[in-house]
Amino acid sequence: MQIRLKVNGEAMNFDVEPRLLLVELIRDHVRLKGTNIGCDTTSCGACTVLIDGHSAKSCTVLALQADGCEIITIEGIGTIEKLHPMQEAFYKHHGLQCGFCTPGMIMAGISLAGELDNPDESEIRLGIEGNLCRCTGYNNIVEAIKSGLSEMKQLSLSATSESQLYPKDADK
Amino acid sequence: MSLDFTDLEVGRGEEKLVGSPYRRLEDPIFITKGATYVGDLEFDDIAHISFVRSPVASANLKNVDVSEALGQPGVIAAFTAKDIEIPAIINWINKVIERPFLAKDKLRFVGEAVAMVIGETKAFAEDACEFVNIDYDLTTPIIDPRQSANNEVSLFEGCTSNIVASIEGGQVAQIGEVRIEAEFVNQRLAPCPMEGRAVVATIDGEMLTVYISNQAPHSAKRSIIRYLSIDEGNLRVITPDVGGGFGSKIGTYPEEILVPYIARKLNRTCRWVETRSESMVSLGHGRGQIAKVTLGGDRDGKIRSYCLSVIQDCGAYPEIGANMPALTRWMTSGCYDIDSVDFNSISVLTNTNPTVAYRGAGRPEAAYAIERAVDMFATEIGMDKAEVRFKNFIDPKNFPYQTKVGSTYDCGNYEESLRRVLKLANYDELLVDKENRIKDKSDLLLGIGISSYVEITHGFPAKEFGSVELISGGKLSVKVGTLSHGQGHRSAISMIVRDVTGVDPCNIDFYQGDTELIESGVGTFGSRSMQSGGVACKRAADMLVTKAMEFLSNHLDVDLDKVEFSWHEGGQFSVGSMCLSWSDLYRLAKNEGKVLKASENYESSSPTFPFGAHLAVVEVDVETGKVHLRDMFAIDDAGNILNPLLAKGQIHGGLAQGISQALYEEFIYDQDGNPLTATFADYGFPTAAEFPQFRDELMQTPTSVNELGVKGIGESGTIGATPAVVNAVMDALSVYGISHIDMPLSPEKVFSAIKIAKRSK
Ligand code: FES
Ligand code: FES
Repeated sequence: MQIRLKVNGEAMNFDVEPRLLLVELIRDHVRLKGTNIGCDTTSCGACTVLIDGHSAKSCTVLALQADGCEIITIEGIGTIEKLHPMQEAFYKHHGLQCGFCTPGMIMAGISLAGELDNPDESEIRLGIEGNLCRCTGYNNIVEAIKSGLSEMKQLSLSATSESQLYPKDADK
Repeated sequence: MSLDFTDLEVGRGEEKLVGSPYRRLEDPIFITKGATYVGDLEFDDIAHISFVRSPVASANLKNVDVSEALGQPGVIAAFTAKDIEIPAIINWINKVIERPFLAKDKLRFVGEAVAMVIGETKAFAEDACEFVNIDYDLTTPIIDPRQSANNEVSLFEGCTSNIVASIEGGQVAQIGEVRIEAEFVNQRLAPCPMEGRAVVATIDGEMLTVYISNQAPHSAKRSIIRYLSIDEGNLRVITPDVGGGFGSKIGTYPEEILVPYIARKLNRTCRWVETRSESMVSLGHGRGQIAKVTLGGDRDGKIRSYCLSVIQDCGAYPEIGANMPALTRWMTSGCYDIDSVDFNSISVLTNTNPTVAYRGAGRPEAAYAIERAVDMFATEIGMDKAEVRFKNFIDPKNFPYQTKVGSTYDCGNYEESLRRVLKLANYDELLVDKENRIKDKSDLLLGIGISSYVEITHGFPAKEFGSVELISGGKLSVKVGTLSHGQGHRSAISMIVRDVTGVDPCNIDFYQGDTELIESGVGTFGSRSMQSGGVACKRAADMLVTKAMEFLSNHLDVDLDKVEFSWHEGGQFSVGSMCLSWSDLYRLAKNEGKVLKASENYESSSPTFPFGAHLAVVEVDVETGKVHLRDMFAIDDAGNILNPLLAKGQIHGGLAQGISQALYEEFIYDQDGNPLTATFADYGFPTAAEFPQFRDELMQTPTSVNELGVKGIGESGTIGATPAVVNAVMDALSVYGISHIDMPLSPEKVFSAIKIAKRSK
């Protein structure tokens, strides 16, 4: 079946099998490998991406359902030269170790910008409940998201629309 | 790759990097594109492997029929034990026990690989697995290791006993006015690295290349050589980025040998990436120990004797788990100076997934036993739980200290770490709060739990490889035989090499996890990497500087003592008024056809013994049995700290796993051996909402075992946290006279213990 969608700002067409998952489309067809698969029960959030500005577990969405949507993955938010504030915060606060949960965590963190205003520690913890990490004990992830969100706020960035996702002068 | 580090607060200028919170070199890629795991690698014309696994814990296997599966779309091949022409794995502990690569004659645990289907896509392979028919006759499984130890039924033909390993002991006299006896269970845990096992095998003529998610690539290579009878020169093993291991990826699993075997058979690139559901039942489990303790002491608080008796559940085949009691034994008496100490153990087979090393590996079990026993002793004699510890600690003046079971602790100051954690937590105020709540008959009881731990790292000192080579542009190429699976070795080792040579970490090419590039290696486990590979790289860097100075002295025909080196400004060699950089040295050496390179196979003389004190504060809701961990304080001492950012990261991850064992996690089999917690939806994997922010500080008592003064820090958090949390819950419940509940301390268990206690009052 034919679908059209935007991935990281780029319009794409695919002919997909009905049972293909969005995460499989992203990894095997768009060939972006940053989005990971960590479970088979919709529990881990390693596959978290933004669909039209909202975080979603891409293993729980059929590629078909994403027809007409704007998908943003970890590869679409910043570059090494120009990190997104949330990436910068993970870097600064040592919010990652093995890195497997990281792309999903960063996307989940960014999406909180549209959902919570000035969240405190426990709101952040609840906000990323769907994203599992085995390495960090979440401590530095929480620190990172807190500081990433306040930086995003200062720059008036949000996750809900693509145009507001990036810093204004981003060389994307 | 060039990175812009201009925004770093540290790492520039003329200060040493070691000891600073230098940001990780791994991260820029990890946070923008993601790391590259085995499952991310792309190959042309790849075939996908899917395993069919035993649905039952114990059965006689009559037939495995793959003919229907072979007729399914997209199926390339399917194999059963009959088709595998490699001899079974002879067990390293008991030579009578053989483990076939695919189950043959017997099914021994739910999850054991029985057949494999190879498909053009993963989906084709998985779908076709449904069409493999397994014909078997059920036999009675043994799930409880205590029952297995009775030897009423023998699990392996030709094996007279289900006990595959044992340590004799336990004969010491029990002395003291008070005697504490208790049984503690360290429940079975699933290690759950976020990336499961994954293997790709590619063939190029005679050459076989295997990509594997593993903690020890050189030993994986040895295993593949052994079973595939391949020439050493024709095999390259590569571990790209590894998404966690926690001990479960030290060994090489049968499935991981089968992937290259099948690739060679089909002459085609093959990949297996396990699903979470298969990982839960067949990636080795951790813990699984039942301990009996007997502690004797006097009413003045002095502990006089201590004996630990352990039953270790090995699962269906004895793997590393069978040897965990040896590590437990080393740490039997913990931080305490006790006159009479003894240990004994048996390791027994059951019809469950084999046990392996899991973060802490044998030491959490030891710390849990003694820290719980000491708390029970304190309660029995009515003494403060901190005070009883102060009364029994090994005197800091008595290091190195030899314990009664023969471990030699390198250094320690247990009093200081406990004092510091009590201060950090405001212990005295907590005690008042706790008493007030009891007086007020509050439904929310406060519990304070202390644990003082000491553990062993680099327990089996083995040589580790490190090399440093000067390459074009004055850059360095650093190679090491250890392997980061999340710890950040590239950063830590680059910092060490930078401080010797002056070369900026951004100009250091770092290599690990490739048997072609790195001539030898042991790998990463037992918190060994910095005290083995780190020291090897430090020595290699020192030697490179010396070699470079010698080269210069020859080249310029001046005495060696006229050549000077300073690590400042990127590394400067000077001879009189002449100043040369690493890049100049490279050019000069190249013109003479010389390579400046140094390597070291460093063998540490002995293990090291990190220690610390943790304090957990819990609130227990007596109406629901729910335990809320309010605060977790930790003082940890792993000697000199190379990078506090990374060290604390290790502590945090360890604390979370330790806390989670105390409160949430347990891998459960029913009495028929069916796993009840085989997915992330059922297993108690903790989320961020389950933890407080940790309040941790590092203490530094350098070891003299190695020149960096470092001990391991990868597992300490786990070891100290579990007893601290359980002690805290028991402290809260002491008003009911409850002395022990086995982990995990779920609301159901706590609630029913309270109910029973109330009824009997
Ligand atoms: S892969 Fe685990 S939630 Fe999507
Ligand atoms: S960093 Fe390894 S799972 Fe989160």
